[in-house]
Amino acid sequence: MNFDLTEERQMLQDSLRRFLRDKYDTATRNAILDSDTGFSAEIWAELAELGVIGALFSEEDGGFGGAGFDLAVVFEELGRAGVVEPMLDSAVLGGGLIAALGDDTQRGLIDEMIAGSLHLALAHGEPSSRYDLSRVATTATENGDTITLSGRKAVVVNAEAADMLIISARESGDVADEDGISLFLVPTDFAGLSMRGYPMIAGGRAAEIVLDDLTIPASFRLGPAGQAWSALAARVAAAEVAIAAETLGAMETATELTRGYLMTRKQFGRPIGTFQALAFRFADMLTELEQARSAVINAAGHLQADARIRDMQIAAARNLLGRVARQISEESIQMHGGIAMTQEYELAHIAKRITMADHRFGDTDTQLERFIALSAA
Amino acid sequence: MDLSYSAEEQAFREEVREFLAKDLPKELSDKVKNRSDMGKEDFDRWHAILNARGWLAPNWPREFGGCEWNAVQRHIFEEECAYANAPRVVPFGLTMLGPVLQKFGSKEQQERFLPRILSGEDWWCQGYSEPGAGSDLASLKTKAERDGDHYIVNGQKTWTTLGQFANWIFCLVRTDPNVKQQEGISFLLIDMNTPGIEVRPIILLDGTHEVNEVWFTDVRVPVENLVGEENKGWTYAKYLLTHERTNIAGVGFSLAGLDAVKRMARSEMAGGRPLIENPQFAARLAQVECDLMAMATTNLRIISKAAVGQAPGVEASMLKIKGTDIRQEINDLARRAAGPYAMPFASEAVGDNDPLGVEGAAKSAPAYFNNRKLSIFGGSNEVQRGIIAKVKMQG
Repeated sequence: MNFDLTEERQMLQDSLRRFLRDKYDTATRNAILDSDTGFSAEIWAELAELGVIGALFSEEDGGFGGAGFDLAVVFEELGRAGVVEPMLDSAVLGGGLIAALGDDTQRGLIDEMIAGSLHLALAHGEPSSRYDLSRVATTATENGDTITLSGRKAVVVNAEAADMLIISARESGDVADEDGISLFLVPTDFAGLSMRGYPMIAGGRAAEIVLDDLTIPASFRLGPAGQAWSALAARVAAAEVAIAAETLGAMETATELTRGYLMTRKQFGRPIGTFQALAFRFADMLTELEQARSAVINAAGHLQADARIRDMQIAAARNLLGRVARQISEESIQMHGGIAMTQEYELAHIAKRITMADHRFGDTDTQLERFIALSAA
Repeated sequence: MDLSYSAEEQAFREEVREFLAKDLPKELSDKVKNRSDMGKEDFDRWHAILNARGWLAPNWPREFGGCEWNAVQRHIFEEECAYANAPRVVPFGLTMLGPVLQKFGSKEQQERFLPRILSGEDWWCQGYSEPGAGSDLASLKTKAERDGDHYIVNGQKTWTTLGQFANWIFCLVRTDPNVKQQEGISFLLIDMNTPGIEVRPIILLDGTHEVNEVWFTDVRVPVENLVGEENKGWTYAKYLLTHERTNIAGVGFSLAGLDAVKRMARSEMAGGRPLIENPQFAARLAQVECDLMAMATTNLRIISKAAVGQAPGVEASMLKIKGTDIRQEINDLARRAAGPYAMPFASEAVGDNDPLGVEGAAKSAPAYFNNRKLSIFGGSNEVQRGIIAKVKMQG
């Protein structure tokens, strides 16, 4: 048993933390939030240069990491700084799916991804799929050597900036079957693909996508027909580990900001942290933060386990994270008082990141439901 | 980062399992499983079995007859014992007084008392709390006045756990009333058979006799029974508290308790279906299991730090709060799982041989009530919050 980071991961953590502290302060980040693209191409290039993207891929895919704890280290730091650049969607989901399913030609894109010169997005969720990962109503119909996609995709994060989309569609089976789902790698400028983009409350941009008889070559398919499920589920599991770690990092920042405020803000002639009503609640935040850290370790440490064990650990971790992240976010705002209600204060953005993370791939209640179902299985 | 146990640790776990399978008497594990009242002879029996195996004093140095296990080994042992429903080892001599005597006691005291703790000849109890000194322990008033070769002790201790079985008590007493509270306290060893000592039972809300009041009226204690220096007792008491806090998270108890609740909820029917399928019940059960999975890792993280010599500080307070919250929640779920059969006061009404309701129902409510103590003793959870806030807000 060992809970220390390896030397390589420790160095990655140190360099990423230093970079973000120097280059990603509140004012810089808030300017990025207000920009048209919703993220900074310069920051993205510098993150690539630092090796942050490479850390998310295994050596056989051309990276130098890719394990659960690599994701956890990177995303905890991104979470601490409230980074809005689309590392999750472009690299973990997009790049990760190509690494899992791509043929030799498609896999060539991973090098571009690691170098920072390619953006991807996963167009999977649909207006009525909510958090059901296997619910895919979009259809794929094969005609000789072309395939026609029809359907709608919802809240596709990073869609506008992406050079290519990974689109899920059903080739066979009922709407919620795990079997029959395929993924297709499609350049975003193809005819028949339209998108309506919008900014998101916690930063970054997403789009609603309409696939109106989008006809593509059959060679755009990622992996064998109708059999994308296990790779998709495994990648989303990796994304959930990343989301959990990002939330942990954001919670650390919220807690540190709150500690600073409790010790400096004076009311009634003394630091407000000396009032027991606040001190006890702050103590609870710290205790729950350690629980959250343990939950992330559990999830990251089981990412390569069998699917059932992996998914149980992730569901347990994200259920706990969801509950304690909400507590820390809300308590931090409450104990700060009015200042936390202002857009320019760091905590405001951090609280949004924490809260909106719960809306990706299953919220707190959904995770509990999954945990119960997996426990009974 | 590596969540798995090493090959040596796995082998050790196997060794512990084999020992428990072979040497833990079924009568004892049944009593623990059914939460039957444990008598002195039950505790003595398990104590002797562990002593025969050489596993009675995990935290003692070898020179005093201990195992010198590291924190991870102790954790494995505690976890396996909890799973096997082994009785708890009475901690007052072994985990509390023993380390204090080893560090601060005289050679004579070490030679006189330590072997008798291992052999079971002496049963120690703890004389700390007083009616007016609970969380604020340093305000204690029981006084010891020097009279030649003796101290004369007058006052009252309370919440003295299993004091009815004890022949010795270690006490914090006030030897100097004129200085700062913490600087006038001494650590005394008192023979319970000395004239002037009276033990009065306190019956707890679950009907058990677990704790006592101990009254001292002109009790003469030889000065050689003073541990360390006069008026330095607070230092020794704090040292003892750090040992009292091992296994503070009670992960093993919670794992065993959760298993028991699941067994109950599979047998108990609600609306024609097993209770475990009821969405409300299943949700509460799942939530506490998620908390426990994280807490088990929090515990291991802190233990592995302790294993390489870093003393757990404020983390022990966090584990106390979280560990007791989880245990109490599990007790509450067990009570609910029992349904109407939580209500009969089983030990009186029907006895242990003809239980009412699902297995575990009879003791579910008593256990629920008894374990309200968890968040009160060992420094109440509010005291722990105060410690966390005080330490962390400076940092």
